Amino acid sequence: MASTSLLLEIVRNMSKNIIENKELLTELDRAIGDSDHGINMAKGFSAVHEKLGEMEGKDWGYILKTIAMTLISTVGGASGPLYGTAFLRAAKVVEGKGKIDRKDVINMFHEAIEGIKMRGKSDQGDKTMLDALIPAFETLKSAYEEGEDSKIAFKRAEESALKGVEYTKTIIARKGRASYLGERSIGHQDPGATSSYILIKSINQVLEKN
Amino acid sequence: MIGLVIVSHSPKIAEGIVELCYEMVDEEIKIIPAGGTKDGRIGTDPIRIKEAIEKVYDEDGVGIIVDIGSSLMNAELAIELLEEKVRKKVIILDTPIVEGSISVAVQAYISNNMEDVLKAAEEARTTKKLQEQP
Ligand SMILES: Nc1ncnc2c1ncn2[C@@H]1O[C@H](COP(=O)(O)OP(=O)(O)OP(=O)(O)O)[C@@H](O)[C@H]1O
Ligand SMILES: [Mg+2]
Repeated sequence: MASTSLLLEIVRNMSKNIIENKELLTELDRAIGDSDHGINMAKGFSAVHEKLGEMEGKDWGYILKTIAMTLISTVGGASGPLYGTAFLRAAKVVEGKGKIDRKDVINMFHEAIEGIKMRGKSDQGDKTMLDALIPAFETLKSAYEEGEDSKIAFKRAEESALKGVEYTKTIIARKGRASYLGERSIGHQDPGATSSYILIKSINQVLEKN
Repeated sequence: MIGLVIVSHSPKIAEGIVELCYEMVDEEIKIIPAGGTKDGRIGTDPIRIKEAIEKVYDEDGVGIIVDIGSSLMNAELAIELLEEKVRKKVIILDTPIVEGSISVAVQAYISNNMEDVLKAAEEARTTKKLQEQP
């Protein structure tokens, strides 16, 4: 069972890592986009970080919904509505809950991905954040099914997310700004897949410490 | 009277389009720009779009015209955030943002009918600028 204090520690770590990787994400977006992914994400997660106090003592649903609305109202690019919708859909799964179990984790992750697909009208293979998130989710799910604990399950999910990021280098962008580049987007890794990897890694780092 | 919201990544584009529209129609019709982010960056902002829709809202309907990339996603998200009564009246018009906005504004002003507005949006999307070459 995971408590909200663990969640808040994860959120804090996500904010820290996104802000620390602002330059990297912007640099990646410079190659195949409009050079703002790091700026957008850092804006969003700085605002989330500022809300940590307000989220203290609240339930999982409330916390995730607050993150969603904060990202939606501060990010300013495609990643805002996409991650915002993901957190919003995840929030619905755990409304009112003080503690969650593995089944909730799976359901939240599943809903988050469905939310992104719906909002972006996109899927795996389009060279987006989904190329990191979907393999990570599948790995996490099978690790749980094999009876592994969350530490191991998220460790494996992180590895799959990283493989997904690598995979984005080999494909043509079909969605977002990078799709304007067509073939020329090959060879570059997707900024959104990279920020998704960082978010999953952030979960993993906190689980490893606890 | 039908209201319009112009959503662009660039505040200057959104404002410029509104300016162009008001050369053709008068202030009876509400056209509001929702360009850029709250803090002045290039981008689109669902909260600003939602507020703009609420400002132009009228029972006759609201049309939203968007530019590239996230503008569509954020317009759709803005609509989802609206209260039911308003949401039902809002429609995203699939049309080029400059030409379409002007056609739509004029049509809305003339007939104040959403079906005509949809037709005007569609027409602006398919109208060629050059005659067919022989
Ligand atoms: N339709 C989509 N579906 C899923 N992910 C998408 C989609 N469009 C863009 N993305 C993801 O968003 C990332 C870019 O986010 P960023 O914050 O830079 O927004 P942006 O593309 O600059 O937004 P805008 O459309 O406003 O210019 C991409 O790298 C990609 O992973
Ligand atoms: Mg970008």
